[in-house]
Amino acid sequence: MKITFPHMGNAHIAIDAMLEKLKLEVIPPPPISKKTFELGVKYCPEFACMPLKINLGNFIEALEMGADTILMAGGWGPCRFGYYAQVERDILNDLGFEYKMIILEAPDSRVSELFNQLKALGENVSVWEAFKAVKYAWYKIKIVENLERRFAYIHPRAEDKNRAEDIYDKGLQEIQSADDKHEVERVGLKCLERLNKLALTGEEPLKIGLVGEIYTVLEPMANCSIARCLGRLNVEVDNSIYISDWLNDHLLGGLAKKSHRKNLVRCASPYLNYFVGGHGLETVGSTVDYARKKFDGVIQVGPLTCMPEIVAQSVLGMVSKEEGIPCMTLYFDEHAGTAGIQTRLEAFTDMLRRKKILTGFSC
Amino acid sequence: MSYYLGVDIGSVSSNFVLVDEAANVVGKIYMRTEGNPVKAVKEGYKQVMEGIDDEQIIGVGTTGSGRHLADIILGADVVKNEITAHAVAASSFYPDVRTIIEIGGQDSKMIILQDAIVSDFAMNTVCAAGTGSFLDQQASRLNILIQDFGPTALKSKQAVRIAGRCGVFAESDMIHKQQMGYPIEDILMGLCEALVRNYLNNVGKGKKIETPVIFQGGVAANAGLKKAFEKILQMEIKVPPYYDVMGALGAAILAREYIEQYRRATVFKGDSFIIDGQFHSRSFECKGCPNMCEVVCIKRDQEVLAYWGDRCKTWETSIGHQEVI
Repeated sequence: MKITFPHMGNAHIAIDAMLEKLKLEVIPPPPISKKTFELGVKYCPEFACMPLKINLGNFIEALEMGADTILMAGGWGPCRFGYYAQVERDILNDLGFEYKMIILEAPDSRVSELFNQLKALGENVSVWEAFKAVKYAWYKIKIVENLERRFAYIHPRAEDKNRAEDIYDKGLQEIQSADDKHEVERVGLKCLERLNKLALTGEEPLKIGLVGEIYTVLEPMANCSIARCLGRLNVEVDNSIYISDWLNDHLLGGLAKKSHRKNLVRCASPYLNYFVGGHGLETVGSTVDYARKKFDGVIQVGPLTCMPEIVAQSVLGMVSKEEGIPCMTLYFDEHAGTAGIQTRLEAFTDMLRRKKILTGFSC
Repeated sequence: MSYYLGVDIGSVSSNFVLVDEAANVVGKIYMRTEGNPVKAVKEGYKQVMEGIDDEQIIGVGTTGSGRHLADIILGADVVKNEITAHAVAASSFYPDVRTIIEIGGQDSKMIILQDAIVSDFAMNTVCAAGTGSFLDQQASRLNILIQDFGPTALKSKQAVRIAGRCGVFAESDMIHKQQMGYPIEDILMGLCEALVRNYLNNVGKGKKIETPVIFQGGVAANAGLKKAFEKILQMEIKVPPYYDVMGALGAAILAREYIEQYRRATVFKGDSFIIDGQFHSRSFECKGCPNMCEVVCIKRDQEVLAYWGDRCKTWETSIGHQEVI
């Protein structure tokens, strides 16, 4: 069995590690590129959102490289994502690919269901080995996220931003190819040290919270590398959601770590009191949370036509006014309007900076 | 006398403004970019500098979607986005301005200010129905010069209702009205009102519009549109004296602020670099990864000035780059 899976930010580092520990041959799809977009756009319904198109592009590229099994996540609720695995299966069947698709669903009651699913997936592995595979993948993703957070702190402050980016990219690669826990820890620390040694400008950057639909938040190819663009504009970006949060809430039944979703739901009230699908509720909750943590602004991102984010966007106007935090919404699709995005980001940060200087004087 | 140069290279028009040390406008050029921003920068520069020595320029600011290109050719002290540039220019004329309506060739913006500081803004995203290009197209369909659009529309007593949700619908609706035999001035006024409704729905999206309202950008030349805004908003709309070059003016003012604040010498490159050199651009597909980015390379004679367009920034940062080992 040669297994593949869809890309989402740095998630592939953990998924790859887990599948290998389940003694499977893994063929990760090549990094998302224009070709991935082209394939996805060609074969997906036009009105479907961008994550479906990228997923499908990933699968086609991986199947062409010899993969014969696809691992995909399921879902539930009003967001279309829960239906995507089924749609993708139909499209790929119509295209004449021969493969098996395995859909991981969130466990209903017991997390042991997940380990049983994984055990069934692996080749001759025990439940214990399945458990260890998850634990190892979890460890890897934690190291990756430590690095992501450190990079988000250093990048806007660093004098040489190119070098910071290079160190970070190289660090991720090294973590990916490290194949045991000690090696992962060693390369992770080495990369952190290198980042910490960079000369800083000494200026306090603006702080912006990035909220919205998870795929667009986490996948730089789906958001015109918005976090990096902001870093280059001397803005520290805080992600409202990390891959570990999603895995924890959706696949691990909330057992791997304490979920802060409850806090976000509390924050969202009274602006939005219902689960509206996807991450709509979290978007509103996180924006309130950032306002109370005195962030300078919030940027909401989502794929064009994303229903939950449209609901959240219509609520954000009120949140922005009541909580006093400037918000900007950006939607993305396969059109690479990088220049337009750059202009909006520059204008938004200019606005926040001038505002900050002014309020700084008044108090 | 010393001057600051402001340059706004947009997709449809390129504007140049010279201001003196007290920020008074002493020269302005409004010209069409005609799809060739490199040529537009050179031509416009030559025209605006007529009778002025290049040593008199003590600061340069660029804005517009071609701001980086203009920076490479001219050497700019300040490279700013259009929102900030337009806001700065408007508040230099009207310090108490609360709302700026800016409609250009390819994009339209709304900027909300409080105490001369931008507090919110929006730009049109997917639809070009609310922009100058759309008016241009429809005027030529009706065989009207764009200069006559406004005066003709003003003659209308009863504007026809045209669906303005989307450019394609507006066009088919307009053709329908035209074939029904409605007078041309009523159709033109109807188009203006449709464009205003479209702008308020798609760009304004429920933002609170407060007076004073300033209307600027190339389209502000159209008196029909100004009237339509006044009718629909029920507010007085002001059009500033240099409405068509406000972006360039903002860039010049920002350059002046920067030079005065930091007491820097300008990085402006001067006549010999700009006029004598041959600038050309070349694009190629990078083979470094499957993404195959289309990289643009800007050259002056044989010397490479800049690369851009690559996702990984390998080319962009290749001038003066260090490898991580």
